[in-house]
Amino acid sequence: MGRAIAGSKRDFAPWTDANSRPLLRIEALTKRFGATAVVDHLSLDIYEGEFFALLGPSGCGKTTLLRLIAGFERPNAGRILLDGVDLTSVPPYRRPVNLMFQSYALFPHLNVEANIGFGLKQEGLAKRDIERRVTDMLRLVKLEGYGARKPHELSGGQRQRVALARSLVKRPRVLLLDEPMVALDKKLRGETQFELMELQRKLGLTFVIVTHDQSEAMTVAHRIGVMDHGRLMQVAPPADVYERPNSRWVADFIGDVNLFEGRLGDDGLSIDGTAAGRLRVAANADAPPGAIVYVAVRPEKIRISREPLLPGLNNCVAGTVVDIGYFGGSSVYKLRIRDGSQIRAAIANVGARGDGVIAVDDQVWLTWPADAATVLTR
Amino acid sequence: MTPARQNGSMLQKLIVRVPYAWLVAFFLLPFLIVLKISLSQTAIAQPPYVPAFDLAAGWHGVVAFFNGLSLDNYLLLGSDPIYILSYVKSVEIAAFATLLLLLVGYPVAYAIARTPRHIQAVLVLLTVLPFWTSLLIRIYAWMNILQRDGPLNDLLMALGLVKEPPAWLATDTAIYIGIVYSYLPFMVLPLYATLEKLDESLLEAAADLGCPRWKTFWLVTLPLSSSGIIAGVLLCFIPIVGEFVIPDLLGGSQSPMIGQTIWLEFFGNKDWPAASAVAVVLVFLLVTPIVVYQNQAMRAVEWD
Repeated sequence: MGRAIAGSKRDFAPWTDANSRPLLRIEALTKRFGATAVVDHLSLDIYEGEFFALLGPSGCGKTTLLRLIAGFERPNAGRILLDGVDLTSVPPYRRPVNLMFQSYALFPHLNVEANIGFGLKQEGLAKRDIERRVTDMLRLVKLEGYGARKPHELSGGQRQRVALARSLVKRPRVLLLDEPMVALDKKLRGETQFELMELQRKLGLTFVIVTHDQSEAMTVAHRIGVMDHGRLMQVAPPADVYERPNSRWVADFIGDVNLFEGRLGDDGLSIDGTAAGRLRVAANADAPPGAIVYVAVRPEKIRISREPLLPGLNNCVAGTVVDIGYFGGSSVYKLRIRDGSQIRAAIANVGARGDGVIAVDDQVWLTWPADAATVLTR
Repeated sequence: MTPARQNGSMLQKLIVRVPYAWLVAFFLLPFLIVLKISLSQTAIAQPPYVPAFDLAAGWHGVVAFFNGLSLDNYLLLGSDPIYILSYVKSVEIAAFATLLLLLVGYPVAYAIARTPRHIQAVLVLLTVLPFWTSLLIRIYAWMNILQRDGPLNDLLMALGLVKEPPAWLATDTAIYIGIVYSYLPFMVLPLYATLEKLDESLLEAAADLGCPRWKTFWLVTLPLSSSGIIAGVLLCFIPIVGEFVIPDLLGGSQSPMIGQTIWLEFFGNKDWPAASAVAVVLVFLLVTPIVVYQNQAMRAVEWD
């Protein structure tokens, strides 16, 4: 294949290259239902070969955005460009994008082969070509021998793969996936996520997935667009969204977080007057000294010990264990600090249980290095 | 098995048998009576046919009874063209009227199924509203509308569409108008029931895969509403074949439909056996489409 497709997730980053042109460009798109803007002045670039995830709580507008790209909704303002061509007024049946529906939307009166071949038939391809491409697709999604079955004769996972095959067989410039794994059980979902990534890499296609499941978005996507109230709150690779959230909202939405409000000190590396006292951070915050800022610390960055681990660049706070939640691989400790506010710390359960463990009501020290915290200005 | 559960299953068995008992009492037994009469001969008696079943005569009476039965009336049906013409006319009217009903009813049902849900209930109610008035009264109203100096001709004249008021009554056109009007709810309701269940995302999926709207209709909507089409067609076709009131009041006297023929045999000629034979043949003619419907219904159940 002639296209430049990254071999692995890590070294694929066209959005950092000022010369690369996006495949799909969304410009100031607005969609209103009545008085509410479900998609609000949203702009986004998606690159060829990218696996992009739209993540957000239900009602944030992510599915509407997907339906706007597919052409099922007409925007009130803004444009959608594919390869520089304006798609905004192109009807869905002429757009070189395909959507995999959350409900799969398989045609119940057609068998698997006819479902997958449906789109190719509309292109007016020769019967032999259709048959060949359908057979290839069945092999790709591991459904050989199921071609003559009707959708109601398949399991949920098989139906999901027929839906995937049907939307892939037309070789869309962009494949849109609306919560593709929401109907699968947890175990199957995990396997399917990896299959989907492999498929995307193998075919070199551009995928845009909508999901409310953050671990799913983190697993599959090159970049995540975190949405709320019709706006993109942050667009970044999964690790950046998690480690360097740009706002309290994103920090709180993705994973678990402890937030401390305080005033930025003169050196820009210390925050005064938080619930945990004076805290130190490693990177300069983008705010003037004296501004109100928030220190975000992920629970798993915090260490718990009976004796204070001595400072250097560490933050060290005294606290009392209030509650412990055991999750198998890790435990979450709820702790109360001096001023009465609560902190959560997640500790991996490495050793066997019971060897000098910390219990409820124990007095402990909470420690985290300066570079484990992020300073947020909003 | 505990007694309680046994009782439960007994009750279940009983409930399952109720419809069968109903069919035996109100369909099979009357049918057997009609079948028996069709094998009898007319007589000036009460009831007006022989042989009558006489248990008092014992075994001899039973033998005499069975010897008295014959297929003469069925031979009569084959020999006199009035019966065959009557069947042909009935099937022809029923087939064409059902087609008209489908052409009128499908868009109506589709429109109802696509309106907002809270309006749908009102529209369905409006569809069945005519049932609140007796069919006979409504057909008399049509006689009034269709007569030579009636409102329809007044309207056509006023619009300048016709110069001379045409005669509507006593024509097949009047029969079609009456039938399409009367049977429309029987076509619309089953079609609405299937179209209303149609998953909107299937239409979007077809569009997504490259289908313009009209093609989506042929490839998705129409095949998925086939069970509704078949139900509506049979619900209309079967009773229309035997329709009596509408052709009798609105149609002409030149070629009767089969319902009129049966009526004539019963009440005009007092020939119960011949009338019964006509009715029995009609039942067998109509069993075929019902079997077709059964098969289709089974397939529809499979999809769900």
